[in-house]
Amino acid sequence: MSTPPRPRPVGLITATVALLRKDLLIEWRTRARLNAIIFFALATLLMFSFALGPDTKLLEKNAGGYYWLAILFASVLSLGESFRVESENACLDGVRLAPADARAIFLSKAVGNTLLLTALGALIFPVMVALYGVHIATSAADLGLILLLGCLALSAPGTVYAAISSNARARDVLLPLLLFPLVIPALLSATKATTLVLQGDPMNQLGSWLGLLSGFNLIYWGVGFVLFPRIIED
Amino acid sequence: MPAPSAPALALHDVSKRYGRRWAVARLTYALPAGRSLLLTGHNGSGKTTLLRLVATALSPTAGRVEVLGRDAVADRDAVRRDVALLSHASFLYEDLTALQNLTVLARLLGIPSPEDAASALLTRVGLTRRSDSPVRGFSAGMRKRLAIARLLMKTPALALLDEPFGELDPQGIHDMEGIIAELKAGGTTVILATHLIEQGMSLCEERLHLQDGRAVAA
Amino acid sequence: MKRLMKWVLPVAAVVLLGAGWYVGLAVAPPDREMGDVQRIMYVHVPLQWMAMMAMFINFVAAVAYLLSSGGNVGTVSAKPRSSSPLVSLLALVVNLMAWVAHILKSGWGLLMPGSKEDEARAKQDESGWKLDSVAEASAEIGLVLGTAGMITGSIWGRPTWGVYWSWDPRLTSEAIMLVTYMGYLVLRRFVEDPDKRATWSSAVAILGAINLPIVWFSVRWWRSLHQVQSSPRTVDPAMVLPLRISAFGMLALLLVFLGYRYRQAMAERRAEMALPDALPGDVPSSLPQNSSKVA
Repeated sequence: MSTPPRPRPVGLITATVALLRKDLLIEWRTRARLNAIIFFALATLLMFSFALGPDTKLLEKNAGGYYWLAILFASVLSLGESFRVESENACLDGVRLAPADARAIFLSKAVGNTLLLTALGALIFPVMVALYGVHIATSAADLGLILLLGCLALSAPGTVYAAISSNARARDVLLPLLLFPLVIPALLSATKATTLVLQGDPMNQLGSWLGLLSGFNLIYWGVGFVLFPRIIED
Repeated sequence: MPAPSAPALALHDVSKRYGRRWAVARLTYALPAGRSLLLTGHNGSGKTTLLRLVATALSPTAGRVEVLGRDAVADRDAVRRDVALLSHASFLYEDLTALQNLTVLARLLGIPSPEDAASALLTRVGLTRRSDSPVRGFSAGMRKRLAIARLLMKTPALALLDEPFGELDPQGIHDMEGIIAELKAGGTTVILATHLIEQGMSLCEERLHLQDGRAVAA
Repeated sequence: MKRLMKWVLPVAAVVLLGAGWYVGLAVAPPDREMGDVQRIMYVHVPLQWMAMMAMFINFVAAVAYLLSSGGNVGTVSAKPRSSSPLVSLLALVVNLMAWVAHILKSGWGLLMPGSKEDEARAKQDESGWKLDSVAEASAEIGLVLGTAGMITGSIWGRPTWGVYWSWDPRLTSEAIMLVTYMGYLVLRRFVEDPDKRATWSSAVAILGAINLPIVWFSVRWWRSLHQVQSSPRTVDPAMVLPLRISAFGMLALLLVFLGYRYRQAMAERRAEMALPDALPGDVPSSLPQNSSKVA
């Protein structure tokens, strides 16, 4: 048997796309799990309204914060899940030894989680409109941008921390414990920006919050990209 | 390209520790090019650790591993492209089908028309009928077949087989022997760790017996 | 070194803190508005400064660990795998950091000379474990000092602001900092493998430390839209001297704590990585000295 010529090693982008396709395919094939995360986020939104009682004024005022808390809680589940899939049968080793660039693994996981959370945010928004009686005061495009930037900001550090905690003991406690304090700036600015979109922005503050969110993204996508190989290689 | 006369595998005083335990201790060995190696030893003797070191899944605590003349730490990516590992863990995604599992790997390797390559390999390991079923429903033997297909996808220069006969029925063992013989005929160097010494001896020219992480006379 | 730890620094801490606090309590004038309550400043402010100092040491140790313990980070540019401008830019930044770390590391070696039997591989060198131990020690001490600082701050806040806690940017940022380092220390407890623990906790320390300035700005921004809570610390020159003395006293105390905690951490690392007991059926001396130095 003659060995065919070995194909050229794939580049960073090709590997990222291949891994991302695989992750999305897994999400699609296990959409029951995906549905569970969506229902979890919806239940969170519902619980906030119970915690506050039937005061719709108060709910409407705080809607931005509850919306982002629901996404944050769901992100812990989706991030943990995306690395649980890899630890079953040591799949991450299989990918590493393929070989796939470790940075491609970071990018694919972070982009995958961003897509998932953005979709989740878009899905639960109408429910929030119904539950809390909010309406968009400025523009839906602003809201979409905030949602995307906020989910990007949760996903980059979240991917690094999920990779770490999936290999440690007590992984379910560890991920939120590490992630929550870290994403406070992102959460703050996303919440503020969302509130401005929902309640009007008379003083034109939206831009500065979006700037903060973008800066946060730039820093953590960069640092994550550089640090991630050290975390998953022995 | 590896130097023509370089040994397939050279271990220079290699040690690997897990916490306070040496899994491999000061192992020095050279496998001549074109020969295949049988690794024997009891459970916990360091066979799996050694294979993982050669596969660059682990890096040695001390010493140097050279695969086809390349350093396994400094030149890790090149070594990874030449080496394939069949390990205890199958590296298979439970939620994907057999075909999808192989296609993912083919894409990562940059193989043109990945799906054709994947289905060709499924035929070769006799899993065509189950190519569209998710791995979650597979028996241990079918997983082993799929894992070997994963290894063949790489057309490795050095194949590391950790207990390839484990969990296989007699027919499966026979098929696996055939696949290993085919690999060797295609120019692949095989390193085989197994408890089935008879099968191993018939497939390999060299033998290394490990005990407590070091080489001893069998 | 030993005498410094055992005598010089502890004595300096006691004398300086005693002197600073005596001057602060008895000699310096009371605050015009807050009265004698303000004298807690001589405890509170040095605690906060030294907590920040400890966290800074932790950050430097974490960066130096990742860059010194040979790995991928420092060699991104050595493998021309991808030629995209982003990657080259990142590689440039990383190399710059590696260079700084190299200088830091050699400086560190001068301060804390270690055994140099085996330099064949960075991994076998103890300097990695030293950095890891410094990181552990400084995070723990920073957490203690920061918590003490926060408690004294609350005690100060109650009579001045009327509440123990307010969502003032300074307080909020510090609370977030403390939670960040709690997470860091919890992670260290939950990872058994010393190599992985050191690498992962360094990554967490770096991500957390980078976050602190961002937290500070975002919280200040967030609050400023609601109320302006300025706490101007216009400090009388007569207050500067006792503050300065007690700050140096606290620095000495920090170094004492750090020294002892570092030695404890280092002993733990050595115990974790000590040469395993002789293997069954093995001649005890069959492993020569240099491979037993793997630690």
